Amino acid sequence: MGAGHAHKLYRHGHSPVHALPPHTKLAAVFAFVIVVVSTPREAVWAFGLYALLLASVAYAARVPAGFLLKRLLIEVPFVAFAVLMPFVAQGERVDVLGMSLSVNGLWGAWNVLAKGTLGVAASVLLASTTELRELLLGLQRLKLPPLLVQIASFMIRYGDVITDEMRRMRIARESRGFEARGVRSWGVLAKSAGALFIRSYERGERVHLAMVSRGYAGSMPVIDEVTASRAQWSYALALPFAALVVCLLGWTL
Amino acid sequence: MHVPDGFIDAPVSVAAGAAAAAAVAVSLRGARRELDERTAPLAGLVAAFIFAVQMLNFPVAAGTSGHLLGGALAAILVGPYTGVLCVSVVLLMQGILFADGGLTALGVNITVMAVVTTVVAYAVFRGLVKLLPKKRRSITVSAFVAAVLSVPAAAAAFTLVYAIGGTTDVPIGQVLTAMVGVHVLIGIGEAAITSLTVGAVIAVRPDLVYGARGLTAPLKLRVGGELVDAPAAEPVPVAARSHRKVWLAGLTASLVLAGFVSFYASASPDGLEKVAADKGIDAKAEDHAAADSPLADYSIEGLTDARISGGLAGVIGVGVTVVAGTGVFWAIRRRRTSDTSPSSVPENV
Amino acid sequence: MTPSLEVAGLAFAYPDGHQALFGVDFTVGRGERVALLGPNGAGKTTLVLHLNGILTGGAGTVTVAGLPVGKKHMAQIRRKVGIVFQDPDDQLFMPTVREDVAFGPAAAGLKGPELEARVRTALERVGMEAFGDRPPHHLSFGQRRRVAVATVLAMEPEILVLDEPSSNLDPASRRELADILRSLDVTVLMVTHDLPYALELCPRSLILSEGVIAADGKTGELLSDDELMREHRLELPFGFDPRSVTMGA
Repeated sequence: MGAGHAHKLYRHGHSPVHALPPHTKLAAVFAFVIVVVSTPREAVWAFGLYALLLASVAYAARVPAGFLLKRLLIEVPFVAFAVLMPFVAQGERVDVLGMSLSVNGLWGAWNVLAKGTLGVAASVLLASTTELRELLLGLQRLKLPPLLVQIASFMIRYGDVITDEMRRMRIARESRGFEARGVRSWGVLAKSAGALFIRSYERGERVHLAMVSRGYAGSMPVIDEVTASRAQWSYALALPFAALVVCLLGWTL
Repeated sequence: MHVPDGFIDAPVSVAAGAAAAAAVAVSLRGARRELDERTAPLAGLVAAFIFAVQMLNFPVAAGTSGHLLGGALAAILVGPYTGVLCVSVVLLMQGILFADGGLTALGVNITVMAVVTTVVAYAVFRGLVKLLPKKRRSITVSAFVAAVLSVPAAAAAFTLVYAIGGTTDVPIGQVLTAMVGVHVLIGIGEAAITSLTVGAVIAVRPDLVYGARGLTAPLKLRVGGELVDAPAAEPVPVAARSHRKVWLAGLTASLVLAGFVSFYASASPDGLEKVAADKGIDAKAEDHAAADSPLADYSIEGLTDARISGGLAGVIGVGVTVVAGTGVFWAIRRRRTSDTSPSSVPENV
Repeated sequence: MTPSLEVAGLAFAYPDGHQALFGVDFTVGRGERVALLGPNGAGKTTLVLHLNGILTGGAGTVTVAGLPVGKKHMAQIRRKVGIVFQDPDDQLFMPTVREDVAFGPAAAGLKGPELEARVRTALERVGMEAFGDRPPHHLSFGQRRRVAVATVLAMEPEILVLDEPSSNLDPASRRELADILRSLDVTVLMVTHDLPYALELCPRSLILSEGVIAADGKTGELLSDDELMREHRLELPFGFDPRSVTMGA
């Protein structure tokens, strides 16, 4: 557990994508997703081109297709939702295999599936080529409020510690014959959650003492800064720019 | 529950992003005023707690289980400002790291799940705590009601966003009925867990329950053998005034939402549409009632079978949740009356 | 030469009325290694939190290298008093070991190559220079404790205060930490109820009991005084005889 679930997301490597400064990657992914979302859904070919763009990034980053596809499973709940759209949506209907489906709904389903999948794939590529710490530095560089970055940083640092405490509590419960079965066990589980909150909060107080002891007075000292050259920026932004061209074509064609 | 990319159109996503940014900015200021330089470590640890507790599975029945969303819990335990921050950071990290929730939908997700849930829960909670007698029991009851309302409120807020910027032309009345209907069920589960958890915290460290401050007797100091009042620790005037505003705004918002709900709910859907709505319910229920731990989402293996079997389990789960939810509410009331003593500290820890 | 630490008449009660310290007096000379012994609840941790001004407001004074602990010199005091807390997970709050070690000196305004050098030296002194880029939670407990010591050493403190440094360590990590502490050229105040560890590392010991210093003397002599030990609820591990141990320097 010490290794942490967060670590599984990152694939160590030395590809050119790994080497890009984190804030350029964050900006690129963000811009890319915005472009994708703004694309008209009727331009089916455009989404194919986007997928190709992402595939080439994955190739450059040496992220295997299997890894990427497995991580895409996170969108399964929304696939289920999308499947329902043709049944519920209004408007003109067509008959497919004896079922009456809404044309509008079919387009809607396609829209959510295509854009959602591309969004997830882009995020997965980002997370698998950028270390956690780097992501935080990148967010800081992109002018996210420092306090928010600090909160995120503490959450990442202590996420594993607290999950591990929760796991130890579960083991302690089970070692004494408790079995979480049905609603009757909720009281016990909720007491664990309550105890976990108290432990977390008290740890927060102790961490604060440790910080104050080393001279903390409300703002984090700047220890590392990430910088990007013009070349690195243009390299990273090649992705959203290519996508933008596709998008504009999608609107005009 | 996390909205993906492409679900809401670009302009509305941007607008929601701006609203979320504004809410987070207000919360940053509010949290700093309350916690000063302790904000970062304390909010960070609470965010880690919310993240962890979302993985705690609460078995419902027949192999299904639910988990906490945590917005109401955060609001009651650490207050609305810190609560909004914690849930927002959790959502931000889930979006960037786990691709759970689209990046363009981050604004929608934060507005709906962090802001609406937290503010509604806190407003209802404070309102009830003020009305009910000053007892611990009132705290758990208020926590229950606050959590019960916060979840469908979030669902209604989502529907509103969808009505403005949804990419598919689905009849909004139905979406609302389905969303709110299902989320009332989810809300009952959420409420049971939230109130039990708040009850567990208040039994051990009542001082840590933000929403219950002011219920404890003032501290005394023993100075030269005599008891004197300890100086008040909190800056009351500023906090009290701003809370009142939040409280009023939240209460008004929930009243308006409640009005909407009943208006649309009364327009009962006809035959075919009803089936569709029911199916919608299944899909959403699957999202929550089935073995839906974020860990399962995030871990690479071991996800598929849970999802697929979840289809059927979800259908059963919804039905069971209704029955179970009612049962739980009843059970809590009985349990609360029999063990309200502070010595009932978690023996399982 | 001014002593590293002077505590005089220190008394403190928590806001809930519980009084933990009832007039603590002692002095630690520069370069000394002193153990502060006492049973659970003797007020050891409360005392530690006074040394860098986290707790204040009671009676008495604490002076660090001639500087009184108080609001006026707080930043300087916190640089001079390095506290290593009991749980390294509380102490190591930054994403990587290197950043954590850099936190203190960076907060004091150091940057660039100077900061780098400071971090490197501190990590070398605890033998963790190869772990700079690792997240703290990927380290073993013993390694984390050593990094915690490095985070404090990087501030080049006047006095190093360790709260239960040997707790939860396996024998090998325990010995490694002892070697590190012995190799440091810094004043050490070690708060512990691990009596053999105190005997191994500290020529002098203080016994804190019921909020006052009950005894102050050579560690070997204090530990051999059965009556004193019993009186203050201090017990040696089974079979351990302090008279048979030859003191290390």
